[in-house]
Amino acid sequence: MNIVVCVKYVPDAQSDRTFNDSDNTTDRVGVDGLLSELDEYAVEEALKIVEAGEGEVTVLTVGPDQAADALKKALQMGAHKAVHVKDDAIHGSDSVATSLVLAEAVKKIGSPDLVITGMASTDGTMSVVPAMLAERLGLPQVTFASELTVDGSTVTIRRDGDAASETIVASLPALVSVTDQINEPRYPSFKGIMAAKKKPVEEWSLADLGVDASLVGLEAAWTKVESFTKRPPREQGQIVTDEGDGGTKLAEFLSAQKFV
Amino acid sequence: MAEVLVLVDHANGTVRKTTAELLTIARRLGEPSAVFVGDGFDAAKEALAKYGAEKVYRVESADVTDHLVAPQAEVLAQLVASASPAAVLIPSNSAGKEIAARLAIKTESGLITDAVDVQAGDGGGVKTTQSVFAGSYSVTSTVTKGTPIVTVKPNSAAPEEHAGAAADEVVSIEVSDAAKGAKITESKPKQATGRPELTEAAIVVSGGRGTGGDFSKVEDFADSLGAAVGASRAAVDAGWYPHTSQVGQTGKQVSPQLYVACGISGAIQHRAGMQTSKTIIAINKDEEAPIFELVDFGVVGDLFAVLPQATDAVKAAKG
Repeated sequence: MNIVVCVKYVPDAQSDRTFNDSDNTTDRVGVDGLLSELDEYAVEEALKIVEAGEGEVTVLTVGPDQAADALKKALQMGAHKAVHVKDDAIHGSDSVATSLVLAEAVKKIGSPDLVITGMASTDGTMSVVPAMLAERLGLPQVTFASELTVDGSTVTIRRDGDAASETIVASLPALVSVTDQINEPRYPSFKGIMAAKKKPVEEWSLADLGVDASLVGLEAAWTKVESFTKRPPREQGQIVTDEGDGGTKLAEFLSAQKFV
Repeated sequence: MAEVLVLVDHANGTVRKTTAELLTIARRLGEPSAVFVGDGFDAAKEALAKYGAEKVYRVESADVTDHLVAPQAEVLAQLVASASPAAVLIPSNSAGKEIAARLAIKTESGLITDAVDVQAGDGGGVKTTQSVFAGSYSVTSTVTKGTPIVTVKPNSAAPEEHAGAAADEVVSIEVSDAAKGAKITESKPKQATGRPELTEAAIVVSGGRGTGGDFSKVEDFADSLGAAVGASRAAVDAGWYPHTSQVGQTGKQVSPQLYVACGISGAIQHRAGMQTSKTIIAINKDEEAPIFELVDFGVVGDLFAVLPQATDAVKAAKG
């Protein structure tokens, strides 16, 4: 079973995330970045599947030079090899263009049995690239898996929705996105960190993928950010310490605000 | 006036509030046409007419309802081609966003997700507002290619009644084999709690680590206010409350009129899911808890003492 895991290098949510003033894109350079936390679950799940059988896990990212850090973390966890698509023309790409580049890279890697992604990135949080990628690759998609089993030619997942818990079956090859409920991602071991240094990382440009540069980047985006405004911080309201009447004071506040 | 397609969110014909919100927004952009997939149209018709749907496209094929999102994207792509709508509005839940994603690729159209406001653009099209980076920025965007496809978050508009004809038109669809690749083989309904749906509720009361696993006081207080119950990631990871109730980056993003955080410290992960609430209240033993930075009203104290007293006072006030 060969698996491709798509990962994203994102600005650390603990830092002050912001935009580039010049073109309204997310600042990915001036802010500390890392492997999107939600992608660790995808890497872990791929490793578990391969460890229980055979095959290889390839991690794939599209992003600037610094995105190599995200690949390194995945290799340290145990992925076998990595592919980094980088090209100045990609800067400012929207989800549509990103899914195009990912799709061409997955094809070039070879036809994997499974493509696994996280449930969302922690920066854009759109959750749409998995569906777009499945559409472009012509694969069935089974998303938001909180349990996953692979059995010969099918993949079965459980998904916990608001109204029901569903079992969904798809034939392989397929695309799966996994939630943060599916496993507990491992920490890289010392051995894993050392081994990662010798693992192959391929760097591909758009030309290597045969993708026309005019189809990606900010100019090619099908949506445009007109403006961004920092929301003023919320002003702290009234804080009371409970001295036996905290609940009463809370109810009084609710009445004053017409909630009761 | 051009049509605006609204994908109806319903359970066997019971139309959710988000659909009334989307129909209200659709009227700003053109003439609302609802797209109704599944059974129960007769039950839904009145609600759709009440909020201004002039037309309803009906799809009842089992090929569409038994499979995941791909067939619904094919339905909408067919309608985009035949009706040339001014925009397509879809509820911003996980299925809605995936349908929108596939539709965007199929129709070569720009996609905006999680909009909290949608207005007609200056030169036609749409102008959307999104809340990003855990609610710390507000971003306005436009769609520059194709038919604008927008997924809209719950509570983004107050539903306004406006009589529509809701003339139904049955749409026949040949679902491609590729779209049938993922099949739902089993569906176990969740037990109904009798409380409002988390993302749609006007009031949300959430519990965290401070509950120690006992949500009874949180639930009692929520019920006194007619509120939905949420949980922090810590409470969900501990197995105290179901993941579908999780508020935060990897759970639900809520934006109610009132949010009450009980025993929740307020990590960035949680803030991402509730920071845009209109009024925020917190109860926490730790006066240093970061959640207090956000609140309109805070009580430093034990939730097991504060909540029962508040519950009794609310009940008394309501008579």
